[in-house]
Amino acid sequence: MKNEKYEKIVNKYKANENRTLNAFMAFLIGGLIGVIGEGLIELFCYKFHISRSEASSYMMITLIFIASLCTALGFFDKLVNYARCGLLIPITGFAHSMTSAALDYRKEGLVTGIGANMFKLAGTVIIYGIVSAWFFGMIRLLIGE
Amino acid sequence: MTFKFNNVYVENTATVTNTYEANGPLKKYFDKKYDDLYCNEKTIEKAEVRMLKDSIQILLKKTNLTKDDIELVLSGDLNNQITSSTYASSWMNTPFLGLYNACATSMEGVIIGSCLIDGKKINNCISSTSSHNMTSEKQFRNPTEYGGPKPKTATFTSTGGASILLTNKKSDIKVESATIGRIVDFAQTDPNNMGAVMAPAAADTLITHLNDLNRTIDDYDLILTGDLGYFGKQILTDYLKEEYKIKLTTKNYNDCGVMLYDLENQTEVMAGGSGPVCSALVNYSYVYKLLKEKKLKRVLLITTGALFSPTSVFQKENILSIAHAVSLEAK
Repeated sequence: MKNEKYEKIVNKYKANENRTLNAFMAFLIGGLIGVIGEGLIELFCYKFHISRSEASSYMMITLIFIASLCTALGFFDKLVNYARCGLLIPITGFAHSMTSAALDYRKEGLVTGIGANMFKLAGTVIIYGIVSAWFFGMIRLLIGE
Repeated sequence: MTFKFNNVYVENTATVTNTYEANGPLKKYFDKKYDDLYCNEKTIEKAEVRMLKDSIQILLKKTNLTKDDIELVLSGDLNNQITSSTYASSWMNTPFLGLYNACATSMEGVIIGSCLIDGKKINNCISSTSSHNMTSEKQFRNPTEYGGPKPKTATFTSTGGASILLTNKKSDIKVESATIGRIVDFAQTDPNNMGAVMAPAAADTLITHLNDLNRTIDDYDLILTGDLGYFGKQILTDYLKEEYKIKLTTKNYNDCGVMLYDLENQTEVMAGGSGPVCSALVNYSYVYKLLKEKKLKRVLLITTGALFSPTSVFQKENILSIAHAVSLEAK
């Protein structure tokens, strides 16, 4: 009873998060990253005369490098404040999560620091990426092509 | 549990801050400011130790004392096993008590120290506390450079070190009375809304204090809560009005988390400051000065702490809270 009454007061002073604006920003920035990725693939195909799938690997490496560099130079987290999930969901966010953890723990040693903590955030993405890939693979196998 | 003290005085205080706090509205009251979160040290943990150690050294310098004159050091912080406090105090080579009450630590130290002085067990002691935005981000949330989006109710751990010297020698400011708070559980689970977690503890301690001493809020020129932040401050005001018919106004009440930063222009601090040093920085600089100049006669400092660990939050346990109150009087 006491808690319910208190909960009501707490809810009265909850900040209004602007979800529409956040979603729009994420869509815009995330889309922009996608466009840049596509542009890079086209560029690599055209410049180096390689296949699309090969070019997409190089595109990912490029984006990962740029994101990691931005993290290391210390302004990626400030960009995330504005772009929110627009930068965290694409491959840039994955790179950022690993680089930021590596930076944080580098003073605790190569093995006990960087090695043990680099996947602190990214580990989840890898584990559940693999698990869901297995599920979808099974579905595809069972239903057939 | 409320005590009245007869012969405990504040000799002096010292505050050391960093960029965010030094750009806030209270900048001119601090003793030392660093403009680099690493404070010229190799790690952020060492930076926190440096600031805490600086605050003790500045305090000794201000009071013309040496480390051998100090009989006891009480200190606490947010890091695992309170290592900032122990590393910052080891050079003193004095008896040491480590404290942990999250952001209520500073007044916990003042209460224990005051009891020991009032009980004539010791003549003086230093109570100090520190926190660092990056060390606590690293410990309680994500890696510091990750900067995941936070809701507006989240608070920002303050960076700095603060120390106070308590003594039985008469000075301008007397530690008049104190209330040791109880652990409060109001079934709050959101670590991004600490104001809501800690407001009931602040209310509980305030009510206990007033009842035990048979006082009203009008007996105080100013009541300050620790670090409830912008939203927590409103929650407490509303809760006290609804539940206890006590009316806090902008004149007799404020919150240190709101005072330490310019919430409109320093948007990175979200709902305001937090961390054990947040309330200590405000109390030991701005409030101390006002008391010293006799612009305030009697203030009640209620520091509020949220008691949890990353593990307890992930295991979906309620976040508990506590608040300790100390009344200071200008003599």
